[in-house]
Amino acid sequence: MDTFNWGALNRAWPYLLDGMATTAMLTIVGMVLGILFGTGLAIARLFGPPWLARMARFYTDVFRSIPLILTIFWVYFLVPYALRAITGNPNLDVGPVYAALTAFVLAEAAYFGEIIRGGLSSVPKGQMQAAIALGMGRFTALRLIVLPQAFRNMTPSLINQSIGLLMDTSLVYVISLNDFLGAATKVAQRDGTVVEVYLFVAFVYLAICSIGTALVAVTRRRIEQR
Amino acid sequence: MNYSWDFLVYFKQSVTGEGVYWRLLATGLGWTVLLSLSAWVLALALALGIGTARTLPSPWLRWPAAVYVHCFRNVPLLVQVFLWFYVVPELLPESMGRAIKQAPATTSQFFTMLLALTLFTAAKAAELVRAGIESVPRGQKQAAMAMGFGFVDAYRLVIVPQALRIIVAPLTSDFMNVFKNSAVALTIGLMELTGRTRQFSEFSAQPFEAFLAATLIYMGVTWCVVLLMRHVEVRLRVPGMAGA
Repeated sequence: MDTFNWGALNRAWPYLLDGMATTAMLTIVGMVLGILFGTGLAIARLFGPPWLARMARFYTDVFRSIPLILTIFWVYFLVPYALRAITGNPNLDVGPVYAALTAFVLAEAAYFGEIIRGGLSSVPKGQMQAAIALGMGRFTALRLIVLPQAFRNMTPSLINQSIGLLMDTSLVYVISLNDFLGAATKVAQRDGTVVEVYLFVAFVYLAICSIGTALVAVTRRRIEQR
Repeated sequence: MNYSWDFLVYFKQSVTGEGVYWRLLATGLGWTVLLSLSAWVLALALALGIGTARTLPSPWLRWPAAVYVHCFRNVPLLVQVFLWFYVVPELLPESMGRAIKQAPATTSQFFTMLLALTLFTAAKAAELVRAGIESVPRGQKQAAMAMGFGFVDAYRLVIVPQALRIIVAPLTSDFMNVFKNSAVALTIGLMELTGRTRQFSEFSAQPFEAFLAATLIYMGVTWCVVLLMRHVEVRLRVPGMAGA
């Protein structure tokens, strides 16, 4: 390897941007739905009836103990079977994008759920009791009093987990989805510029995640100052 | 649903002649365990050095350690694996690069993955070590110095041992991550547990049985490690430190 061929990257721009859009979409949808679903899991574990709390715990334990790649395979290979059985349509297919999205939401909900559970239990019990004493229902108290305080405290951890999610979206490589890494791999193989392309990819991920890490530091400092 | 369950599939011969299906999974598990255990041990040793360096007064040690942690934590593991597997052999002197490419496939896959997983894990574990050292009360160091320990001895004999005992619990969940992350090895062709499971599901056309077995194996190992570490944690707890 004597000379780098950065020019090849120049021509691949539109394709790489397309991949980046897929990565961003996976990250944002995984983050939003994961946090929503995770909040449900956390509430079920802390305030739900025992059977629901146990189910939420089992769900969390399962998804936290298997590799993300295995979750992706589960969804990619098996959900089509299940859907065909439910709808009765033998030709139904999910496609890699929806499979990846489903896998990320399922797995991230377990991880976000644990963070949110920690945040919820860090809010003093008196807050809930005071809200109920003021005449609020449990659900209203949760929504207006406990959850906002919990979310403020756990913003840094949630951002941290989202950075992890962004990095983990690269695993969709295993079902040949064209995310940023997948698109870059195709460019590298077409142009024979493996070295340049992968170094560039690493640099881009590093840059984006560095911004995220800086954001974590800022939010953490703001919370400590209060 | 017209899926035909067949739980005896584990005892059937693989269509490719590689033996019975459960043996396929067993060899996969072997690679997974070997890879994650050795990566974890190496990463722990490396993290001990880097994490300690981040707490030292000398900027010449602190800064390189901080840069290392930042870079290896903020690039996806899969990208790091590709860098070590596809890029680094190209950048090395030609004779070395050729030697790597001519090595038996499994050997080079295993050692590439071991290197990548170790360096990735060490960056995260180093942060734990640093947090552990910083959570040892200042008085411990002052007391050690007052008793005539040198700086190095105070670290070696007083601060670091306590720090390590404090971080046993987070280190356990860190090991679970190494164990799960080792599945990335399948992208460069190493047939560890998840890779074997995919083969099993494709060869046998019984995907439910294959993925179910893998899920149960992963959960079983996780469960064993959690039980074992709970025991270790109780034995190593620093007296008088709440929640440690």
